[in-house]
Amino acid sequence: MEVFNRMERQSAVVWIGGAAGDGVASTGDILAKTCSRSGLHYFAQSSYQSVIRGGHVVYQFQTASAPVYTHGDNFDLLIALNQDSVDLHIKSIQPGVGRGIVFNSDKVKLDAASLPAGTVAYGLPVGDLTAEFGRNPVMQNTLASGVFIYLMGLSWDIFEKAVRDQFGKKKAEIADLNVKVARKGFEYAQSKFQPIKDIVLKGDGKARMLMGANQAIALGAVAGGCTFYSAYPMTPASAIMHWLAPRAAKYGIVMKQCEDEIASINMAIGAGYSGVRAMTGTSGGGFALMTEALGLSGITEIPVVAVLVQRGGPSTGLPTKTEQGDLFQALGAGQGEYPKAVFAPISVEDAFHATVQSLNVAEKYQIPVILLSDLLLSEHLETVDPEAVTNKVPIERGPVVGSVGPDYKRYADTPSGVSPRVFPGVEGGQHVAASDEHDEDGVLISDIFTNPSTRVKMVKKRFRKMDGLARELAFQSIVKEGPAEADLTLVGWGSTYKTLKNIRLALEKEGLKVNHLQFRVAWPFPTEAAAKEWRSIKKAVLVENNYSGLFAKLLRQETGLTVAHHIRKFDGEPFNFSPLLERVKGLLKPGAPDIQYLVSSELDIPIKRVAVTA
Amino acid sequence: MIELATPQAASKFRSEIKPTWCPGCGDFGVLNSLQTACATLNINPKDLVVVSGIGCSSNLPGFIHSYGMHTLHGRGVAVAQGVKLGNHALTVVATGGDGDGYGIGVGHFIHAVRRNINMTYIVMNNQIYGLTTGQASPTTSRSVKTKSTPGGNIENALNPLGLALMGGASFVARGFSGDANGLAEIMTKAIAHKGFSLVDVLSPCVTYNKMNTYAWFRERVYRLEEKGHDATSMEAALKASLDWDQRIALGVLYQVERPTYEEQDPATAEFGPLVTHKLGLSDSDWQAALKEFM
Repeated sequence: MEVFNRMERQSAVVWIGGAAGDGVASTGDILAKTCSRSGLHYFAQSSYQSVIRGGHVVYQFQTASAPVYTHGDNFDLLIALNQDSVDLHIKSIQPGVGRGIVFNSDKVKLDAASLPAGTVAYGLPVGDLTAEFGRNPVMQNTLASGVFIYLMGLSWDIFEKAVRDQFGKKKAEIADLNVKVARKGFEYAQSKFQPIKDIVLKGDGKARMLMGANQAIALGAVAGGCTFYSAYPMTPASAIMHWLAPRAAKYGIVMKQCEDEIASINMAIGAGYSGVRAMTGTSGGGFALMTEALGLSGITEIPVVAVLVQRGGPSTGLPTKTEQGDLFQALGAGQGEYPKAVFAPISVEDAFHATVQSLNVAEKYQIPVILLSDLLLSEHLETVDPEAVTNKVPIERGPVVGSVGPDYKRYADTPSGVSPRVFPGVEGGQHVAASDEHDEDGVLISDIFTNPSTRVKMVKKRFRKMDGLARELAFQSIVKEGPAEADLTLVGWGSTYKTLKNIRLALEKEGLKVNHLQFRVAWPFPTEAAAKEWRSIKKAVLVENNYSGLFAKLLRQETGLTVAHHIRKFDGEPFNFSPLLERVKGLLKPGAPDIQYLVSSELDIPIKRVAVTA
Repeated sequence: MIELATPQAASKFRSEIKPTWCPGCGDFGVLNSLQTACATLNINPKDLVVVSGIGCSSNLPGFIHSYGMHTLHGRGVAVAQGVKLGNHALTVVATGGDGDGYGIGVGHFIHAVRRNINMTYIVMNNQIYGLTTGQASPTTSRSVKTKSTPGGNIENALNPLGLALMGGASFVARGFSGDANGLAEIMTKAIAHKGFSLVDVLSPCVTYNKMNTYAWFRERVYRLEEKGHDATSMEAALKASLDWDQRIALGVLYQVERPTYEEQDPATAEFGPLVTHKLGLSDSDWQAALKEFM
């Protein structure tokens, strides 16, 4: 793990800051491709500081020879596209020779004396350098990208191809222009600056993919046999739709944009009834509208998968920020009781596999499945090994019959609770899939036919499916890493996995005995597996991106188990590595309180600290 | 004139479940006409899916021998569109009431109209919420006293036919459940129509709507086809849709040919019914997909 070696680092943290519309994202995309195609690992996330005028955006990435798990901490290089970027981020510079800020010296003021010793103000006279190209304001990004390539010692050829791919063959002229401008920046840097000597970015030559969980979910959907995806646009789930839409005709899948989320899930359920694997996706607000239909799926036993990409709530909340605040919404969705599954994938790769698993579980158990992601997991970008995903995935549809006898009952009361499905078009299989309570034939018992014993039988039949599901998922629900027994156990669920993994590796490097439990299934709750793990826990800290400790509540509700230490963050940003590391380390110091809640936006100002002996 | 199927032929759509509607309910006529229309079109009960929302009339799928779904209040049309997109070889009929389709479900209704998926939507319009024992519905006339409007309804009634016409419907018709044969003919045309077809049926509630009775309608209804109506004329259709207090038009107000949704979406148009598609990605598609991320 060279990431922690401050002498010579095989990693770099780079920030690109600018106003919305400055081309921050497209610059990030080109640099991402350059790093990835150089055989480097890469992890990026965008932060939108919407309180700042113009809508300030900062794209933060870490790239390294070894795997990277977070977007990193303080920057080695900041590409500042406006004055705000310098003013807001100058304090986050990593001291060290050659670290610095690349900026347009025509427009942005930066006092070199205000920088730490050894760091550099990489001023670019953008006007002079781009005069021959017509002084397009967006050229400063391209110019700065060329400087970045030189300072980091990356391959010009790989970069040039990434630029050309970004614009495509249709915009060859624009691509040419950008290559020329970038070259100008590269050559200017060659004449004025030195490459950063102690940052050595050496790739392993391996081709990796760049994706976030939204793309992984979309890819998992098509690989897993989903042929119907219906959705209403909502950040941060829309990228699933955006990936599927242009490919739908090629793959023969219907990607249906609907009038609202209610229509989206109801259409998916209709498609599921006709026999296709159907899915829908949204964020918290849209999911709230879908909840009644999840119950429809539950009682009619028609499979459906609903992706819930969480963002800051409640209500419209923080549309472009991350949070793990919808756990109870997912668990409690809709009126009444019905069997369901809730997956919370822990990484981009896992989002792919959890999608396939969701489609399988939905059909095998004829239940609604909720796939919980969040803005961080869905919208960040990282390098993924192509071998981590495959199209050779199992497609398990559960019992479906192509012909039926006179005794066929759609909702037959079987030992497993799963009744063979029949799709419309099969002679003799006619039945009504009813949202009122019904008997084994699907005949309504709700009003004048009310029949308590049938009601009891049907509820028990449906819930019996959870027994099989719980058995199937029992030991796939918790990912455990590190030694079997440790002085401290890090506990998380969903998207915090890689950050906690990084914390564990860092503490391990310091000689501390730390292990890590990450929950990837929230329902059915892995009660038995959790109880087994808790028997060997000495001290645990539960880290989650919400205010009230939703997972801690779920854990206690389902197992009676508690965790003494809690670290929570709800400012809309993901956990940053260093402050979290310091907090976690503090728990291992002598005299640390027995029970502690750290609920803070910055994590260095505890808002509420409780020290109570149980 | 269409030669309608005999009651004997229609009996293949008879369910073992006896309808739970009040004696005299207009919905009996709708059920009967739907069975006749399906038999007239030689539809096999195994290839028919009847999807409803929630309400008295939405219990209809239980009373017809076919595949069926009984879904959520207002959502039947959304579910039905999903069924049709999932397998467009099926005949899909959505049924429901005025509260279900023009109240809580009006958003799905208007978008289904413009989307033009090949299916039929039959609304049993009794101008009242019956199952919940008599509150005003979106089509309750002004001044009518109901449990929720004891001083008389102070809202204008919605005009579903006008709404559908303005929404870009390719087939808009009105029937009357007191005219079984006329209604069966309209339904036959609606189901045979390629595209989204709306049949608004005047279907009296004998328990909670004491104003819009069979007798009230009989005094007003007339058949468009007897008046030389041009169903390809939007102007004529709109004009007919505006009639209400003095006279009420029955028949096909409007019918035009428009491409259906499933004819235009390559996934359904070129690959056949979705339910028959091969699942997963081929090796070549998979490799190409991964390459795009590199």
